[in-house]
Amino acid sequence: MSSERKKKPSVAVVKFASCDGCQLSLLDAEDELLAVAGAIDIAYFPEASRAMRGGPYDIALVEGSITTHEDAERIHNLRRQSRTLVTIGACATSGGIQALRNWKDVDEFVRVVYATPQFVSTLKLSTPVAEHVPVDFELRGCPIDKHQLVELIAATLAGRKPNIPTYSVCIECKRNANVCVAVARGTPCLGPVTQAGCGALCPAFDRGCYGCYGPMESPNTGSLAAQLRVMGQSDAEISRAFRGFNAWAWQFRKASEEHERT
Amino acid sequence: MPERKRTRLAAERVADLIQTLAGRGYTVIGPTVRDGAVVYEEIADAQDLPRGWTDRQEPGRYRLEPRADGAWFGYNLGPQSWKRHLFPPQTKLFTAERADGLFRILGPEAERRPRAFIGVRACELAAIAAQDQVLLEGPFRDGLYAARREGVFIVAVSCTLAAPTCFCASLGTGPQAPGELCDIVLTEVVNGADHWFLAEAEGARGAEVLDRLAAEPCTEDDSRRAGAAVYAAAQSQTRRVDCDGLREALEDNFEHDRWDAVARRCLACGNCTMVCPTCFCTTMEDFSDVEGSRAERWRRWDSCFTATFSYIHGGSVRTSVKARYRQWLMHKLATWIDQFGTPGCVGCGRCITWCPVGIDLTEEARAICRDGNDGNTVA
Ligand code: SF4
Ligand code: SF4
Ligand code: SF4
Ligand code: SF4
Repeated sequence: MSSERKKKPSVAVVKFASCDGCQLSLLDAEDELLAVAGAIDIAYFPEASRAMRGGPYDIALVEGSITTHEDAERIHNLRRQSRTLVTIGACATSGGIQALRNWKDVDEFVRVVYATPQFVSTLKLSTPVAEHVPVDFELRGCPIDKHQLVELIAATLAGRKPNIPTYSVCIECKRNANVCVAVARGTPCLGPVTQAGCGALCPAFDRGCYGCYGPMESPNTGSLAAQLRVMGQSDAEISRAFRGFNAWAWQFRKASEEHERT
Repeated sequence: MPERKRTRLAAERVADLIQTLAGRGYTVIGPTVRDGAVVYEEIADAQDLPRGWTDRQEPGRYRLEPRADGAWFGYNLGPQSWKRHLFPPQTKLFTAERADGLFRILGPEAERRPRAFIGVRACELAAIAAQDQVLLEGPFRDGLYAARREGVFIVAVSCTLAAPTCFCASLGTGPQAPGELCDIVLTEVVNGADHWFLAEAEGARGAEVLDRLAAEPCTEDDSRRAGAAVYAAAQSQTRRVDCDGLREALEDNFEHDRWDAVARRCLACGNCTMVCPTCFCTTMEDFSDVEGSRAERWRRWDSCFTATFSYIHGGSVRTSVKARYRQWLMHKLATWIDQFGTPGCVGCGRCITWCPVGIDLTEEARAICRDGNDGNTVA
């Protein structure tokens, strides 16, 4: 770590199929934004600047899932151009909410929704970036947490390991003195199988965790599902609970399919 | 040994007790209802106490329910323990700054507010003693803990009610609050309109506060009735841990099918260690800012259920949930004895109630020890 770094690392912020919410988390980091802008060379960030330079890049922050043939090509190009490739958000890390279509017939959607379906070309599945190219680090969440993003950037600049935990939301929940909504209210909560990082936001507002940070390091979805049933949830409800923003993450996907009514 | 001063205190005098302590400059921390549970937070006056509430607990379930008799302390334990106030979940240990060619280390700033804890249960006194042993009396004295712990005025309350998850009686840690470690012990007796406290002062500081509260002398009968209420709470406990031979039995059953069975249920979520009043494990996190001019070191509660807890160069030592659950239960009931001479469990039952799937360590310990290693123990 040196205060006189030789050259600022070039950073590209690249979007695939997504809502832009994760990119905006960076702009939302008011306190650190100027410091971040001063420490990096923004080479490509169409959402927020005029920067549209081509690669190579030191760091690529990738938002969004892969849903089209073009994007499947584009992510390979970007990988070749990027020293470090970081995926940000549930879309990029697990396929996002749009992966719900993976259980349906996309061609049928296209026929029903679009007036001229022949102009629409799409893949059958919405898939995470890591299914296409090697990824150096994944930042979870729908959307990501701006503090985690700044921590990741600061750690990358310093050449240290980022403090991004992979344990359950429950640990943050208890540290923050929330009263457990599952135990004290009987509210279904995915916190025990979901990765920390949000600061246990939903339980702090008396709601169950929706799992938007995806599976934690050792998610025991079977045991939690059994408990959800004890709490009065039906199979369909349990299936839906796992089929959210990270439905295509394999552990949640498996859990949702196990409880799906056929 | 100084004589215990025993008095009888009218029920409403609790309000004066809080005012007296506040008037002496203490920040008063006590039980209060928040978000459907009794939690320990700063309280302004007796209005903040959970009067008229009780808790119903079972494995994986907690509910507050109203109670009609106006008891001030008519509940058992909530999710938090005093650990939150003595050994907080996240503490900044220091800041390092680089400016004008200089490098400076700032902090930590020890917290030295005088504080009074009201409503400390017997098992919680035992838990505070256990943490004192780890954090103050061992080879590594924790200065931040020492600063927070020093001078705390403790008003303990013996239990006259036990939750189904309580098992302090079998461990000898309750329900009667011992005089050690505290300044005043209260026992609440409530029987219709007959509502009062047996108040016992431990030492000069407690006696001096009781003197201000217009406490009346207490009769033999008062003492007997208060004692009977506590005895009834002990008798009503249904869970227990039998310490005789427990450590050896656990060590002999390091491989047992029951560990696999519990690992299938365990979420490795860490709730049990977070709510446990004796668990003391922490992790360190170092942060640096984007400019590389400022760094911070934070200490946070950790749990032996996380993968990183046992991480050493090259990987985690305990990769399976089975190994992590076994670490937890063995530490509480066996290896803690090797380290500190007593079990690391005080029988509060929090890990049972606040486990999202209701895993009960008393049941696991019994199954492992009673059944031997014959394999016929799968839940
Ligand atoms: S509210 Fe949810 S996240 Fe919080 S401790 Fe309970 S189960 Fe875990
Ligand atoms: S192990 Fe469980 S019952 Fe024992 S002290 Fe810890 S939380 Fe309480
Ligand atoms: S049970 Fe686990 S978290 Fe608790 S003190 Fe022991 S090793 Fe630490
Ligand atoms: S025993 Fe219960 S609270 Fe503890 S880690 Fe396992 S599931 Fe979580």
